[in-house]
Amino acid sequence: MSGDGRPGDMRPLPAVPGERPPKPRPAPVPEPEAAEYWKAARDGRLVVQRCDDCGRHQLYPRARCLACGGPVSWVEASGRAVVYSYTVIRQNYARPFRDWIPYVVALVDLDEGPRVMTNIVGCDPEAVSVGMAVRARFEPVSEEAGIALFEPA
Amino acid sequence: MSAPWRRRAVVAGVATSDYPHLPDFSEHAVHAQAAQRALDDAGLTWADVDGLATTGFFPMYATGVAEYLGLHPTYYDETNAGGASFEVLVEHAAYAIEAGVAEVVLVTYGSVQLSQMGRRLGTGGGGGAAAMAPGPAIYDALWGNTLVGNYALAARRHMHEYGTTPEQLASVAVTMRQHAAHNPMAQYRDPVTVEEVLSSRLVADPLHKLDCCVISDGGAACVVTSAERAADLPSAPVYVLGGAHATSHHLNLSAASDLTVSPAAQSGPLAFERAGVTPDDVDVAQLYDSFTITVVLTVEDLGFCAKGEGGPFVEKGGLALGGKLPTNTDGGGLSACHPGMRGMFLVVEAVRQLRGQAGATQVADARVAVAHGTGGMLSTGATLVLGREAP
Repeated sequence: MSGDGRPGDMRPLPAVPGERPPKPRPAPVPEPEAAEYWKAARDGRLVVQRCDDCGRHQLYPRARCLACGGPVSWVEASGRAVVYSYTVIRQNYARPFRDWIPYVVALVDLDEGPRVMTNIVGCDPEAVSVGMAVRARFEPVSEEAGIALFEPA
Repeated sequence: MSAPWRRRAVVAGVATSDYPHLPDFSEHAVHAQAAQRALDDAGLTWADVDGLATTGFFPMYATGVAEYLGLHPTYYDETNAGGASFEVLVEHAAYAIEAGVAEVVLVTYGSVQLSQMGRRLGTGGGGGAAAMAPGPAIYDALWGNTLVGNYALAARRHMHEYGTTPEQLASVAVTMRQHAAHNPMAQYRDPVTVEEVLSSRLVADPLHKLDCCVISDGGAACVVTSAERAADLPSAPVYVLGGAHATSHHLNLSAASDLTVSPAAQSGPLAFERAGVTPDDVDVAQLYDSFTITVVLTVEDLGFCAKGEGGPFVEKGGLALGGKLPTNTDGGGLSACHPGMRGMFLVVEAVRQLRGQAGATQVADARVAVAHGTGGMLSTGATLVLGREAP
């Protein structure tokens, strides 16, 4: 269990004497081309790459547009998305994840187009469904990075 | 039609090591046992080997296996496509034989995953070293997804789009166990029912424990040579009619455009075209069964049924002996043996079927077999079409 016990609440439990302290959510070591992406999430914003030539949006961050090879710039995304697929993880021996079980891992399609891996939080795992509308919320994980989680819209 | 002068590649020898539990073996000793048996089966010796193909989890892996086996090959290959690796390695070996740059290629696999790593890797591992994920792999690594979770995401989407049911997925595991009952070496042989699969614990919804492959020790090997060379050898040669491989993404499942389609949709049609056969010509199949959903996707993508009809196909006995496509006649990775990268076992069982050596699960008069490997997170697919007769 974690947080206040609500499924999807991944705040770490307060330390209990004799127990190992909870492990924090892992933080990325940002690649140079992705620093802006992680930093924006640290600041509570979701950004995506937009092609200067063809206008297509993409994640994860790449050096060029996957569709046409054009140069890309960062633009702010709406944070709105729909669940493409999801699973409820009920077995994972690795910390900190095992402390979260059961938790929802999902692929969500942003309104702008890109698909991202995430956790669905703020609701019972059984309440998640394919096609469900969700919105981003953010969690800082280091000085230079935050991550976007999603919750029911 | 191939030109009359063209060298044809054949599989001249196959073997598995002992399996599924080898606590007294090193990984390389498993290679050695499987390779020795495959050479014996081919009627060849170590001195005949001028090519080595194998892969594992470390760079320069083939070089290390060559050193251990005392080989000095002038052709070597360690292409790693995860579970699909050994179909790729056999395809490459066939090209090397046909190009005339190798005469006898030993393709070998060994693993002691069960003894060394325990039972956690397949079902529960993953994500522990998330922040250490190399390069772009970081993007899907921070969320606590597991290997099973990736396949569960595919299963959930397939259920959503096509109405595939947990019962249909479970029927794959039930059929594999029926086949394993005839394999004395299989890790699990007692029959299971759909109800028992569905009442085994959920690992990652909608996949239960019995929707997941077993974790084993074991290895397998084959010998690829030319039809001319094989003419003097004891075993009936099995022709490599065609092969192809494809990839849709690597570790980031978010980079896959459609989770209901695996790379088999690319590799399958290419392999059949190169082999000059169609799915209707296939008598028996060995399809990577890392998870039950893997098989459902593969039968669709290889064209044995239409997209979306994999669920009804497997539920109606399509994979069973006597069914439309008898599959994994040794019990598969779901019941017999899954040491991590099972692809070599698929080739061994396909060859045994085409030779008529498959025992109680022999498919009568099997002439054309398919071995299809799937690797990573549904990331790679490799199709081999094998035949009893020269093309």
